[in-house]
Amino acid sequence: MKREIPILITLVAGMFMLIAWFVPHPMVRGAYEGLQNWAIVVVGFTYVLGVANLLRINLRQVSRKERDWPFKIVLLAGLLVTMAIGFSEGNHYTDVDSRFQWIYRTFYSPMTATMFSLLAFFIASAAFRAFRIRSVEALLLAIAAFILMLGRVPLGAAIHPAIPAAADWLMEIPQNAAKRGILIGAALGVMATGIRVILGLEKTYGGGDS
Amino acid sequence: MNLTSLQRLDRRWIFLAVGLLVIVPLLFNFHIAPVQPSNRSRGFYDAIEKMPEGSVVLLSGDYDPGTAAENYPMHLAAARQLMRRNMKIIALALYPAGPPLTDQVLRIAGGEYHKQEGVDYVNLGYKVGNELVMSQMGQSIPNTFPVDNRGVSVKLIPVMKGIQNFQQIRLIVNVSAGYPGTKEWVQQVVSRYHVPMVAGVTAVSAPEYYPYLQAGQLHGLLGGMAGAAEYEVLVGAPALATRGMDAQSLAHVFIAFMIVLGNLAFAGSKKGNGR
Repeated sequence: MKREIPILITLVAGMFMLIAWFVPHPMVRGAYEGLQNWAIVVVGFTYVLGVANLLRINLRQVSRKERDWPFKIVLLAGLLVTMAIGFSEGNHYTDVDSRFQWIYRTFYSPMTATMFSLLAFFIASAAFRAFRIRSVEALLLAIAAFILMLGRVPLGAAIHPAIPAAADWLMEIPQNAAKRGILIGAALGVMATGIRVILGLEKTYGGGDS
Repeated sequence: MNLTSLQRLDRRWIFLAVGLLVIVPLLFNFHIAPVQPSNRSRGFYDAIEKMPEGSVVLLSGDYDPGTAAENYPMHLAAARQLMRRNMKIIALALYPAGPPLTDQVLRIAGGEYHKQEGVDYVNLGYKVGNELVMSQMGQSIPNTFPVDNRGVSVKLIPVMKGIQNFQQIRLIVNVSAGYPGTKEWVQQVVSRYHVPMVAGVTAVSAPEYYPYLQAGQLHGLLGGMAGAAEYEVLVGAPALATRGMDAQSLAHVFIAFMIVLGNLAFAGSKKGNGR
C-alpha cells in the first residue's frame, strides 16, 4: 500500500489536470485552481526545508571544526542576521531606506554580480588554454565563434557589414534548425515521461525503481 | 619569446588584460563604433510602439543581480518606453531576489515620466511556484497576487482595477535570466492565452528563443548587453548597455585573439615535439 497509494494519487491528480486543461466548466476550473494553489504552497515549503538543511549541515560542520568552518560561521551569520532584520521590518522591508534593502544593495547585489563577472576572465583564459583546433569540426566551431563574437558587437559592423549579416545567418538558420530539433525532441521526451508517471510506469519520483 | 614558451604564459596576465580592456572603456567612455539596432530589437521596440496608449502591460523581471549587467539596462529601457507611451504597468518577478530591481527601474522611469505608484504602475513582487504562478494568473491575477510588494491589497490599487486575468493584458514584456522565464511564459501563457510577448534575455540563453521568435510567438528579442544597447538606442535613451558596448567589443576581440594565440602556441609546441 505504501507504493500503491502515491501512484493512485499521481494517476488521479495527473489525469484530472490533463482533462481540466480542456474543460472550462466553473466546477472543474475551481478544483483545478485549488490543486494549483496546493502545489504553490508545497513549493513554498521547499524554501523552509532548504533553510533547515543549510542550518543542519553547516552547524554540524562548525561544531566539528571541519575544513573551512570559519566561512560557515559567516554563512550562518549572514543568513540569520538577514532573516532577523527582514522579519523585524515587517512589510517595510521593501522600502528603499530599509536595513534589509541596504544589505541587498551593499552585500548581496555586488557579490552575485561579481560571481557572474568572473566568467569573462575564465572564458578568456580557457580560450587560450583549452580551445584547440584539432579537427575540421573544431575549425568550423572556431570560425562560427569568431563571426558571432565580432558580429554581435558594434565593432563587427564597423569592420565590415557582412560580419553581422553572417552572424545573423548563423543564428537564424543552422543554429535555429538545431535548436528546433532539440526542443521538439525534448518536448516529446517530456510528454512520454509525463504519461509514464501518470500511468504509474515511472516510479522513481517515489524513491522506487522504474 | 618563441611560440612554445607562450604555452607557459601565466594566466594572471590574461586576467589583467581582460580587466583593463573592460575597465578602461567604461572609465574613459570612448566610442569605438555606433550601435546599430537589429530586427530583433526593432521588433521589441515596435511591439510597444504599436499598442494604443494606456494599454495594460505585464512587465515580468525574472532575474537577479547575478545577471543585472545584461538584464537591468533592458529592463530600465523597457520601463522608460512603456511610461513614455503612458502604459499601465503590472510588474512582477519570478526570481526571489528580483523585486528590488523591479522597484528600482519603476522608481527611476516613474520619476522621469512623473508616474505615480499604484495609479500608473504596480510591483506585485515575487511569488514562489514558477510555471504554476503563470498558469494561476490565467485563472485570476488578484487571487495569485492578493497583495503587492508593499503588502497593499490589490483591491485598493487603482491600476489593478478591472484586471482579472490575461484577457486584460495587451502585452507581456519579459526580462529573463533563465528558468523560470521566457520559455515558460511562451509555453504557459502565449500558447494558451495568445497574449503578444516580447523578451529580453541574457546573451548565453538567447539562441534558445530564436525558434519562438521565428514562429511569431515572440514579437521581439533582446539578446544580452548588445540587445539592450540596441534597444536603448531605439528608445532614445543610451545608458548603461550602450556604454558597455565598447568594453564588450574589446573583450570579444581579445578572446578571439586568445583562441588564435593559444592555437599558434599549441602548433609551435607540436612542431617542437615532432622535431
